[in-house]
Amino acid sequence: MYSRRLTKGMQRIARGLAGLSLTTASAGAFAAFSDLNMPVGVTPISREAYELHMLILVICVLIGIVVFGAMIISMLKHRKSLGYQAAKFHHSTKAEIIWTVIPCVILVGMAIPATNALIRMEDTSDADITLKITGYQWKWKYEYLEDGLTIYSNLAPSSRAAIYNDPKAIDHYLLEVDNRIVLPVDRKVRVLLTADDVIHAWWVPALGMKKDAIPGFINELWIRVDKDKAGVYRGQCAELCGKDHGFMPIVVEATSDDRYQAWVAEQKAAMAAEKSAVAREWQRDELMARGEQVYLAACAGCHQVDGSGVVNAFPAIRGSQVATGDLKQHLQVILEGRPGTAMKSFAGELSDVELAAVVTYQRNAFGNDAGDLVQPSMIAASRSVGSGGI
Amino acid sequence: MSTATTTHDEHLDHHGPAPGLLRWVFTTNHKDIGTLYLLFALMMFFVGGALALGIRLELFEPGLQFLDPHLFNQFTTMHALIMIFGAVMPAFVGFANWQVPIMIGAPDMALPRMNNWSFWILPFAFAMLISTFFMPGGAPAGGWTMYPPLVLQGGANLPFLVFAVHLMGISSVLGAINIIVTILNMRAPGMTLLKMPLFVWTWLITAYLLVAVMPVLAGAVTMLLTDKFFGTSFFNAAGGGDPVMFQHVFWFFGHPEVYILILPAFGIVSQIIPTFARKPLFGYESMVYATASIAFISFVVWAHHMFTVGMPLAGELFFMYTTMLVAVPTAVKVFNWTATMWRGSMTFETPMLFAIAFVILFTIGGFSGLMLAIVPADFQYHDTYFVVAHFHYVLVTGSVFAIIAGVYYWLPKWTGHMYNETLGKWHFWLSAISVNVLFFPQHFLGLAGMPRRIPDYAIQFADWNWVSSVGGFVFGLSQLLFAYIVFSTIRGGEKATERVWEGAHGLEFTLPSPPPYHTFAEPPKITEAEAHS
Repeated sequence: MYSRRLTKGMQRIARGLAGLSLTTASAGAFAAFSDLNMPVGVTPISREAYELHMLILVICVLIGIVVFGAMIISMLKHRKSLGYQAAKFHHSTKAEIIWTVIPCVILVGMAIPATNALIRMEDTSDADITLKITGYQWKWKYEYLEDGLTIYSNLAPSSRAAIYNDPKAIDHYLLEVDNRIVLPVDRKVRVLLTADDVIHAWWVPALGMKKDAIPGFINELWIRVDKDKAGVYRGQCAELCGKDHGFMPIVVEATSDDRYQAWVAEQKAAMAAEKSAVAREWQRDELMARGEQVYLAACAGCHQVDGSGVVNAFPAIRGSQVATGDLKQHLQVILEGRPGTAMKSFAGELSDVELAAVVTYQRNAFGNDAGDLVQPSMIAASRSVGSGGI
Repeated sequence: MSTATTTHDEHLDHHGPAPGLLRWVFTTNHKDIGTLYLLFALMMFFVGGALALGIRLELFEPGLQFLDPHLFNQFTTMHALIMIFGAVMPAFVGFANWQVPIMIGAPDMALPRMNNWSFWILPFAFAMLISTFFMPGGAPAGGWTMYPPLVLQGGANLPFLVFAVHLMGISSVLGAINIIVTILNMRAPGMTLLKMPLFVWTWLITAYLLVAVMPVLAGAVTMLLTDKFFGTSFFNAAGGGDPVMFQHVFWFFGHPEVYILILPAFGIVSQIIPTFARKPLFGYESMVYATASIAFISFVVWAHHMFTVGMPLAGELFFMYTTMLVAVPTAVKVFNWTATMWRGSMTFETPMLFAIAFVILFTIGGFSGLMLAIVPADFQYHDTYFVVAHFHYVLVTGSVFAIIAGVYYWLPKWTGHMYNETLGKWHFWLSAISVNVLFFPQHFLGLAGMPRRIPDYAIQFADWNWVSSVGGFVFGLSQLLFAYIVFSTIRGGEKATERVWEGAHGLEFTLPSPPPYHTFAEPPKITEAEAHS
């Protein structure tokens, strides 16, 4: 296995070297080595970033060739072992002026296109759609402000389960979510960014921009996916946000206007169905199956897949007094959170069905044997008592 | 290192170091304190290096195998804090202690008792910092940049982190004041400012930077402390504060700090290259002015560390232009080193090899720095492995290589013994090759979209991470060879001459090797040959 990987690594290195030597000849050819270079991306912004990146890279490589070339010639020729006698010169005003002025000129040449690009990138006016994104430890909330749609997006359970097993066995390890978001192509989407707890950063490389999501403040960026570039684009949180910083991916599907509208309708129907499902009686198996899904997405990041928790950081659910004891207290912890800890309220994020399912799951999985079932209607009832909680 | 008690000079009262281990506790001798700083730095280099190997071990393969994510974050945070404040900065202060007095013809540092304090604060600071690993909840895990609100989730470790930073700051400021006072007041007659060796110049400028910015860091972390424990809301939006304000204050310290970590390296390399090129440093005065310009500009570029926080367009443009401006004096320095080598009569002993590697690899780090200055492209590079590659090129193949070069260069002077040149060359080639295997692929990882500070990654990043980890282990283990070479040179070896290197100039090379415990009790005569170098 390792020898195969070594060969693969060597091939990569060879391709890398080939790529570097090509850079000076043709910037375009470099783009083929997509795992060595910045992706060109699918938005006007990402193309501008890519083009500036290639421009400055080529300039640096050219300067490098001149400077390192002079050093290498010097190291080969001007050695004592070849009997070379040292010259005596120690300054030259002319040379020093020249090599102060040349960098200045190059920099001005770089600053002009960079300034123009930046002005275009920061212009979020005239948007067609507004998408508000909130970062949480460790998930994203997406709100389509015009369409009244709210979506929570967690690391996909398949990735979560593979972390300690075989990451290579699944597709898009750590870059897959349970609920992806959909955007129409060729529409200017204004993205508003904020966070609930600590600073996060929202970044999909192919869309070309990252920006911090800061609690208490709103940042902006914009996206317009090229008309012919429908597809699925992946990214992840880019600002250290605690334990699961590496486990909060972003998946954006860019699609046609019609498909986008259909998706919005579908999501709304699902929200309505979720509401109507509150009234009916749920079976134990249904609740447990749904509960496991919800648990893996919302709870397992801290409390672990097997409910064992993390010593001194996140309490175990397996055998815990909360999950096996009084149901009221259990519900209270989940609906209101525990102030001053990472355990926050899930009342807003999870629906009544999801809450009922996950509480049932926690009370009856990992060897916990509380035995009781929690019906969605119970959650709805306890929500309506008091101010948002039980 | 300065165990020699021989005093060739009748004027020196014949007293050597006090016997016994307490000598090191009570010493006020600049050579002893320099040695303490350097040994402390070496120790911290291995502690920080061990953490780095833990990081590379976890990143060797996708999936989590060795560290859980919380411990991984503790490792990245502590690796940076220990390497920056425990290894690189004390190493440079060690060089300053040993070299500044004997390069300017002074008998000792101006404030010897304070000098003792500024060193002995450090072991306590780091004992406090490292002890957090053994606390419930573990060590700080919010990154060395300590951004709130994340760092405030740290629990028990936060006050230890804050007070450790306070102590390191006090140590640095005391050391810096001492260096400034020594350089400005204790130069031998005839050693005018523009005759000082470039190493002394770079340290003078660095010391001013330290005095200016360490208190800023102390203020920033104190505000974290009061936010956490005394109900203030400096950085809490819910209480009317602003988390981004911390970043502004932190980087107002942080960017000059970056130059604190590199300017003395410029100085060391500017001593070494002329020696082995057997030719005077090209453009001495422009080197001094370039160093000073870099220091001034460093105060107005801080927000380039935070282009993604959502600054107004005008702010982004201002910080982009000032950052690009840094490239000019830096380029002047690289050109001057190249011109110093040009038409010299070069030999390639270990210090020269490390110095040349410094110039080339630091320049690569400079190039990626210039790329990072271009804001539209930075929106892609920011917080990725491209940045990790960038600052490790300037800090490892920059600062650390210069420190190693300086140790090889002056170790024979300090100990009176030549190091083993063959082993030195082995150390160089192992380090120079492996460090590139370690850090160059990280450029690719960053460009391909791998964020920094993640314990686990998507499969497409697996191959280059594997390569990088292999390079990391070879590089880390090669440094054991360095420790072996240093300690065996302290214990014995071929006798070093007064001049040590054929092309060496400067007052330190007019002293015996090793120099007596007290030197230049009578100020030396400054000749043209020993000036500027």
